[in-house]
This record gives sequence, structure tokens and C-alpha cells, in this order.
Amino acid sequence: MTDAAATLVEKPRSHWRDVWMQFKTHGGALGGMFVFLALIAFVAVGPLVWAVDPTYVNPDAAKMIMTRNKPPSFEWPLGTDQLGRDMLARVMAGGQVSIAVGLVAMSIAVLLGTTVGVLAGLFKRLDGPLMRLTDLVLALPLLPLLLVMVFLFRDALARALGPETGTFVLIVSAIGATSWMQAARIVRGEVLALKEREFVLAARSIGTPPHRMILRHILPNVISPVMVAATLGIASAIITESALSFLGLGFPPDFPTWGRLLFEGVEYMQLYPQRVLWPGLAISLTVLSVNYIGDGLRDALDPRIRGR
Amino acid sequence: MLTFVIRRLLLAIPTLLLISLVIFLLVDLAPGSPMSEIPRTVPPEVRERMMQAMGANEPVVVRYLLWLRQFFLIEPAYVIDGWLGTNLAGNAQRVLSWQSRTPVFDIIGQRLPQTMMVIGTAYVVGILIALPIGIYSAYRQYSWFDQLGTFVAMVGSSVPTFFTGVLLIIVFSVNLGWFPSIYDTTLEVTDWASFKKQVMQMALPVTVLALHNATEISRYMRSSMLENLGQDYVRTARAKGMGERVVVLKHVLRNSLIPVVTVIALGIPTIFGGAIIAEQVFKVNGLGTALIGAINASDLPTVQTLTFIFAVLIVFFNLVADILYGILDPRIRYD
Amino acid sequence: MNFRTALLGTTAAATALIGLAPAALAQRATDGNVNILYFQAVSVMNPYMSSGTKDVHGASLVIEPLAGFNEKGDLIPRLVSEIPSIENGGISKDLTTITWKLTPGLVWSDGTPVTAADAVFTYEYCTNADMGCSQAARFTGIKTVEAVDPQTIKITFTAPKPNPFNAFVGAASPVLQKAQFAACTGAAAQACTEQNTKPIGTGPFTVTDFKVNDVVQLAANPNYRDPAKPAFATVTLKGGGDARASARAVLETGEFDYAWNTQINPEFQAQMAAGGKGELISAFSNNVERIELNLTDPSPDLPEGERSTIKNPHPILSDVRVRKALSMAIDRKLLVEVGYGAAGRPTCNVIPAPAIYASPNTDCLVQDVEGAKALLDQAGWTDSNGDGIRDKDGKKLSLLFQTSVNAVRQDFQALVKGWWSQIGVEAELKAIEPSVFFGGDPGTPDTYQRFYAEAQLDTLDYDGTDPESYLAQYVCGNIPGPGNGWRGTNINRLCDPRYEELLAQLSKTSDINERAKIVISMNDLLTKDGYVSIPLVDRARLSAKAKTLGGVVLNAWDSELWNVSDWYRIK
Repeated sequence: MTDAAATLVEKPRSHWRDVWMQFKTHGGALGGMFVFLALIAFVAVGPLVWAVDPTYVNPDAAKMIMTRNKPPSFEWPLGTDQLGRDMLARVMAGGQVSIAVGLVAMSIAVLLGTTVGVLAGLFKRLDGPLMRLTDLVLALPLLPLLLVMVFLFRDALARALGPETGTFVLIVSAIGATSWMQAARIVRGEVLALKEREFVLAARSIGTPPHRMILRHILPNVISPVMVAATLGIASAIITESALSFLGLGFPPDFPTWGRLLFEGVEYMQLYPQRVLWPGLAISLTVLSVNYIGDGLRDALDPRIRGR
Repeated sequence: MLTFVIRRLLLAIPTLLLISLVIFLLVDLAPGSPMSEIPRTVPPEVRERMMQAMGANEPVVVRYLLWLRQFFLIEPAYVIDGWLGTNLAGNAQRVLSWQSRTPVFDIIGQRLPQTMMVIGTAYVVGILIALPIGIYSAYRQYSWFDQLGTFVAMVGSSVPTFFTGVLLIIVFSVNLGWFPSIYDTTLEVTDWASFKKQVMQMALPVTVLALHNATEISRYMRSSMLENLGQDYVRTARAKGMGERVVVLKHVLRNSLIPVVTVIALGIPTIFGGAIIAEQVFKVNGLGTALIGAINASDLPTVQTLTFIFAVLIVFFNLVADILYGILDPRIRYD
Repeated sequence: MNFRTALLGTTAAATALIGLAPAALAQRATDGNVNILYFQAVSVMNPYMSSGTKDVHGASLVIEPLAGFNEKGDLIPRLVSEIPSIENGGISKDLTTITWKLTPGLVWSDGTPVTAADAVFTYEYCTNADMGCSQAARFTGIKTVEAVDPQTIKITFTAPKPNPFNAFVGAASPVLQKAQFAACTGAAAQACTEQNTKPIGTGPFTVTDFKVNDVVQLAANPNYRDPAKPAFATVTLKGGGDARASARAVLETGEFDYAWNTQINPEFQAQMAAGGKGELISAFSNNVERIELNLTDPSPDLPEGERSTIKNPHPILSDVRVRKALSMAIDRKLLVEVGYGAAGRPTCNVIPAPAIYASPNTDCLVQDVEGAKALLDQAGWTDSNGDGIRDKDGKKLSLLFQTSVNAVRQDFQALVKGWWSQIGVEAELKAIEPSVFFGGDPGTPDTYQRFYAEAQLDTLDYDGTDPESYLAQYVCGNIPGPGNGWRGTNINRLCDPRYEELLAQLSKTSDINERAKIVISMNDLLTKDGYVSIPLVDRARLSAKAKTLGGVVLNAWDSELWNVSDWYRIK
């Protein structure tokens, strides 16, 4: 373990190449990466190819009625919704926001949680205050908390960053700030045990400064629960975003996101099962692919497995 | 260890007081008014007077102190009166819900049984499924069992309970007619027939929630097992000629439990918090719907009381988790 | 014809018929249990504590007013032998008193007699300032309520009252038992949990078990005035879920016999009714889904405290031509087809019923996009830069259009936005959490009273059949603003002397035809002449009942459970 850490210091480039070599051998991880990149391309490049306005409602009443709730066909590859809006365009437009929200909010939560967890686990003096803070945030009822955050910061953010970026920043920070606690508690628990391990004692006895201790010895060993927290976090962030827009706190009501599409789809599930299938599939694929990437990354980062 | 527990328990008192204050201010600051469910035809003066009668117009400090007094002095006095037949409480006002003018503790008493029954069972079932799946998935990493488990868990974590709940109702209640879609909270289990009825009405909500819980716990179990299976001590144990069963279930499992214990300890208080969506979908009407209903109606005394009890449970179970860490890994010491 | 006689015309005959049909063969408490589902659960069984619809309906199973409304909106006697009128001497010629005569021999469910003292007590109970009575508005304008003798209640008004049927009329204003509530007056009322959840009443059922916001169990009242009713021995009134789930429980799984307010969209109506276990029933009253327009400027650039106040008239919407164009662009028939189906019909009026008050105003029913465009051109709004959005003096014709979070409303928003963009009007949509939007918290900017938007989609109905108090909302003095803590009801900020003159006239007129004429011109000022409100859909109550449940008559003017004593099991 300490050997591996030493190589990491001396030849960082070859270390990352090692990681990549190991990552490549992981079939699931490569597949996950491929699917993930394909999803990104689908939502980012897709709208340029399939240039249909996701919020377009045919103003001609007769035509609108005719094009409602259509099954998939050449004209509408994924069908239409209850107002005749093109589902493919909606899934693509929604994906941009949902993937971004999922990844950014999850990163904020995991980063915050890991930081709090490591600090609390490692430094006795910080443990008390940080864990009491965690208890406090865990205990707060989510809904009023979000309402208050939005109420306090929405206008200020919209003014500073423009309405769309403002909403995005607000949503990801709201989700991030309310979902880091579990990661923090888990990481702290792991760190408490790690701290007493021989290699950490050894590192401490040779006078390793705290920041190096955290980066070289602690973090690599808590990576697996963090990865789990991250993959589970993406899906819950995507769903929480939709919950927020149902509270009227997120994006405008005609703006599609995967969570919102899924929620609307559930209402129509009996009559038009495809309505719930597409967003459900998109979210599941995202989470699955990130999970496999995470699996591969963890194996690749673990010198014991890499050595084998 | 004992001094640690005592110190933590003493520390919990100011912590909880602070938490109660923060919750109170937060709920008070949140937009919304107790009058939101009153029809718009009711004129403003009448609304004003209704607010006054509830005490919702008092300054926030007064209301907070009143709640503290009611919660910590009057409610316990009522409990003691109930036990011993004394009259400590006199006619002092208990914590009353603004929405229904019923004592909040009576509401909790009405709702606790179905919450414990459904959410609690789901949690236990979830853990019982998750642990073996997590252990075996890690032990046979990348086997078909593990791959299938991963797939199911990831799909399970991406489709929320509002989807799985409705799906199960459509399939099993509407199409097949096997299970009821509405939970009967008035059902009392007295004989075999009513017990069967109870099991039937619990089946769907418990399935939905147990799957949801199992997903998360099994993932943490699996990853933590994987981490430990690669450790040197496992190799040593095997080299010593120990049986696989002992190596995996005694050495590895014990060392892998720390994150799982954390997740479970964090989960137990949420049983009390209820499962809002699942409760709503199946009309279980437990504490989760009580809380969300109170939040929607800005019913401050109810929100405050429920959330505060929730906070007490969180603080308590986190302490339990900390004690368990020490038992699982004796090297962890707090003194 | 007189106002009151018009209301009473068919009453006696109608009640007699409803009463006779099934009951002739029936016996009390022989049909077992009936399961009723209200997706908003009952919180309290006392309408004076909470005026939430679900609470009023739940309480109507147990406690009753002196008189109620039938499904046509006509008055029917409940605890009295006849409805007072000038003809029968129940109402004084100068319209200042009304005298009710209790049915002789009437008893509470505990067997004690109902007397005039109970009504007097109820009046005192609700008008006590410390009590916080949610129905206090029903007792305004009353000087005294006296018990002339144990059977006679005399209400004296401070001024002539053309419509005296407010106090003790309708499910929201029942008579409480004095003996039970005697200790619950003033501030003590709040803590009377036992009384508020298990009131003693005269209705067909009595509460046996009450679980707050969950389920109420009731049993037939052994002392109900009709010995053959109710047919059901017990009632389970369950709460929870949503409109779709409750429709499903009646129509598809058959677990429940009756579900309240099953507002689901037309496609589901058809699909669920095909389940074969039950049917949807609907009834219209005066509930109109409309777009309210803001006549004042809600711009965020204005200093706080000046937004949406009469100080700043709206730069775009002050022009009636723009408002009219916004209305002309809308296809109301399509809205009904998408959102309501059988549970709605297009309307151009804010007062759609009773028929006598409905204005013959049907111009808006046909969508006229070209006409709307021409009108905007005429008003000086043209698309000078070719971006598809009209502008004038460098200002874009762009509106913020808000409503509460609700699937149908979001569909309506999207459709209206499409039509408005057809005529070159840009709409930004916003949906707000209902508890915030309707909460009226003066500290929150997102309430319907603050109206920090140009247009908002909502609905408003009123109790009973007389629209006077409803129309009285749209006067200058009722404009919400920082001065009155944003508590006014005139959310459009209409300030029209012609309108107020009509209102003053209305309050002095008692002849029903004269009143109708005034009401119609006031309705027209709000709609086809002023376009302050853009009515869209006249919404019906939509509920679901099982095929095996007989005797149900859906009533949109009173509690939906108004005739539960006539319900029976079809065998």
C-alpha cells in the first residue's frame, strides 16, 4: 500500500496510464463509458439533427387533437404526449438538464459529504461539531427547507446569473446541500476505522502532514462507498429535480426534464405505456452506465487489484 | 465507552434544543399559510380571526416558547396523568394541530401502528434481502448473479416509488385483483381471516418499499465486501487453512459492516418519518402523510412536533451507530 | 315573481319525490356498510372550525342546517317544516326578519329534543370573536337571533336583507347541540377535540370512530327523523391518495362505493368507466375556470410595495383591446376536450348559473385568431423587428402567465401559450405550489393575491345560489396591496365606478328579475365589456359511484353527501 503510494508520488503519469490500462480491461466499465458517451451525444447533438421544438403545441385545434398520444412512428419516433408534443424532442431536451443536474448535484453532494466525513473522522476536535451539523441537516424537513432556499435565493440568483443559469445553480445547490449527509456519515465511519490501521499509524509516525495523509492514504481507501453514494445519488438527484419542478420551484412548467416526463408518464401508464418507458429507460441507462464506470474506476484505482 | 455515551447524551440536549429552534424558524419562514386550504370565499377578516384563535398571529418567539412548554412540560404531565391518574397537567393546552385542532400526540398515536407495521416491516424485509445479496454478489463478483443484481439494483434506484407503486396497483389490484389498492387502517387483527386480510393489504406497499431499501443497502454491502476481500488479512486467513465460510462470514463480513451499519442506523429514524409517496399511493395514511399534509397546510405545531421527534431519533441512532463501530472494530476508540 | 318564490318554486314537490322513491320499501340499517372515499381526508367534523370542502361534506353526514339546497339549487327544508317566505309570513314585509319553525318532535341522536335554543347557541358560538369561526361571514348583518318559543327561531337583520338564506342554510352552517358545546365557547372552542370530531347531530349518521385526516366511521342514527332511513347501517369515510386513485378504487377495483371529486381527464374517464364496476356522475353549478388579468403593473423593476398596486396601471393590459384579443385567441372547446370532457363546458361568463343569472354572452365560444390579430394591430402593437412577437414603443408584448401546480392547468398553460404566440404575444409560464399560491401568506411574493404576473389561471366559486357577495369582491376597496397586508379579494385590481354603482343598486333590489338584470350587466362588465376576467370552462363536480349504489343524486349547490339518507344498496 505504501509502496503504491510512493510510486504515485514519483511517476504520476505512469500511474494514470496504469489506471487507464486497468480500466480498459474492465468490460463493463468500457461498455458503461460507451453508453454514457452515447447518451451525452444523444441529448447534446440529437436536437441539432432532430430539430423539433419540444414545447411546440399545434395551434390548430383539429390537428392538435389528431396528433395527441400517438404511438412511435416515422413522424414521431418516440410518439407524442397528451398535447401532441414530440416525445423524442422532449426526451432529448429533458436529458440535457437531467444529466447535468444529476451529475453536478451528485458531485456537490459527494464532495461535500466526503469532505465533512474525512474531516470529522480524522480530527477529533471537528468530529463533534460536524456530526451535530449533520444531525441537524438530516432532521430538517426537506420541503420547507427547499421552499425557503428558493424563496430566499431565487430572485438574487436570477438577477446575478440570468433566469436559466440562476435556476440551474439554485436547483443543483439545493439538491446538493440536502443530500450530502449520508455520504458524510458513511465516510466518517470508514475513516474512524482506517485511522487506526497500521499503515496510517506508520504514515503518521513518520510525520506525514494532514493534507497528504488525506489525499494519499485516506481517500483512496474510502473510494468504494463514495462510488456507491455517487451512483445512487445521480438517480435521486434526477428525481428530486422533478419533485422540485412539481413544487413550482424548478424550471418552467412546460420545460421537459426526465423526472417530469416520468411523472407525467405514470399518469398515462395504463393507456400509453411508452410514455413512462422512455424517460424511465433514459434514467436507468444513465445510472447503470455511471455505475459500471464507477466499478471500473474503483478497480483501476485499487493497486491491489491492478497488480493482479 | 460508558463515559463517552454519557457525554454524548448530555451533549445531545443542547444540540436538540438548537435543532428544535432551527426547525421552528425554518418552518415559520417557509412560504405558505395555515389558511391555504380554506376556500377563497372566506373573507379576509374571518381568516384573520381564525389565525388569531389558533395563536398563529403571535410573534415567533412567543410561539416557540409556548411549544417548548407544551412539549416538554405539559405533554409529559398528560402522560403521567394517564398512567397514575393524577392531575398534574390540569387543563393546560396540549400541542394542538392547527389543521384539525386535535392534540398532535393523539394523531401520532393513531398513525404509529400502520407506520410501524408497513414501513417497519418493509425496512426489515429490505435488510434481510439486501445483506445476503450484497455478500454473495461481492463474493462472486461479475458472476451472472452479481450482474443481474447490479442491473436490478440500478433500475430499482432509477425508478422512484411513485412509479413502482402505481405499476403494482395496476397489475395486481386492477388487472389481477389479487391485492387491495387501499390500506384499511381500521382493520384489527383478531383471527385468521383478519390476519390474512392484513397480510394482503400490506403486501404491495411492503414490496415497493422493501425493494427500494434493499437496493441501497445491498450496494453498500457489496462494495464494502469487495474492498475487504482484497485485503491482506483475507489472504492470511485463507493461508492459515480457514474454511471459506469462516473467512467470508466472520472475518470479511465483520470488517465490511461499518458503512452498512451507518446506512441502517440512518434508515431507522426514517421509519418513523414514514414513506410519503408510498403511503400516499397506497393510502396507508401513516406519519409520512401526516407530515406532508401538515407541511402543505403550514400546520406548524404538527410539523414541529413530528420533525423534532424525528431529530431525537436521528441523534439517538447515530449514537448507536458510533457504539456499534467500536464493537465491530475494537481499534476505534472515542475516549 | 318574487326572488324567494323563484327559489322555492319546485322545492316541496322535489323533496317529496326524492324521499319516496327507494325508501318506500326500505328499512333502517339493513344494507350493511357503504364505503366513501374523499382523497382529501376529513380533519374535523365541525364546519365552524374548518371550512375546507371535505370537512363540510363529512360533517353533513352528522349535523344539519335548518335548510339546504337540492341538486337544482332550490331551497329545501331540513330541520324546519317549511321554508319561510313573505307569503307564509316567515319573512317580514320590510325584509328585516326571518322566522324559522322547527319540525315538531325533532330529536338529537342522543334522544334529547332539538330546540330553538340550540340555534341561538350556535349563533353565539360562531360570532364569539375569540372563537375564530370560519363561517363568521354567514352571520354578518344579523342583529339578533332569538328563540321566540322552543320551536321558533327569529333572526333580525340590521338592514333589509334581500337574501336572508345565509345563516343556517347549507351544509357549512349547521345547528350544533347546545348541551354538547356549552363548554366550548370562545377560546375554549379550539381545544374541544371530542366535540369537534364527534358532534351530536340530527343527521342520518353518528360518528363512532374518528382518525384525524384518515378515516371516519359512522353508524346509523337510531333517532333519525325518518324511521325507514338511512338504509345503510354504517359508513366508512376514508381519505388519502389523489383523484385518479380514488376514481380507480370505485370504477376499476370496486373497493369503494363512492368517490368524491374524481377530476380526471376525458381519456381516463372513458377508460375507467369501461371497467364496468361503476360510473362517473357530474353536476354543474357556478365553478368557472378562468384567466384573471392584472390591470396593474407587476414589473420586478418597480420598487417593492409598488408592484401590482393601483399606483402603476399596467402598460399593456390597461388597453381593453389587448385584453379582448387575448380572449379571442383561445379555443375554449378544445380546452374542455383536453381537460374536462363531460365534466366541463365552454363558457364566457363568470356567473354561469343559476340560469336566471347567466348572461346570454356566447361570442367568445368561437376562436377568432384573425380578429385578435386585427385588434392588436389597431391597438398599435405590431411586430416591427420580425421576431414573431409584437412590440410598441420598444416594449415587447410579453406576459408572465402563472397558476398553481396541477396537471390540467399545466396543459391549459401550454395550449394558451401556443395560441397567444399565434397572435404575436409571448407568454412565460410559471407554476406555483398550491399551498403557497393559495396560502395568502403576506410575506410571500408567489400568492394569487400578490399577483406578480400579468395573467393567472384559477377558479372561484361561491356558496349558495346568490352571487351578490361574490360580485362584491371586485370593488376598489377590496384591492389587495401592501396597505391591507395583501388580503383583498379584488385580485384583478378593477376599479370601475360603473360597476360599484351597479353593486349598490343590487344590494337594494329584492325583485328577482331586477336582480338578475343587474347581475348580468355586472357579469358583462367583468367579461365581454371589460375583459378583466377571461372565463374558459364551466366546471362540473365530477364524482364516481359504484353500480351497486342506489339513490345517489349529485348536488353541486350543497354538500355532495346531502341525500346520503336516501342511498341504498342495489341488490
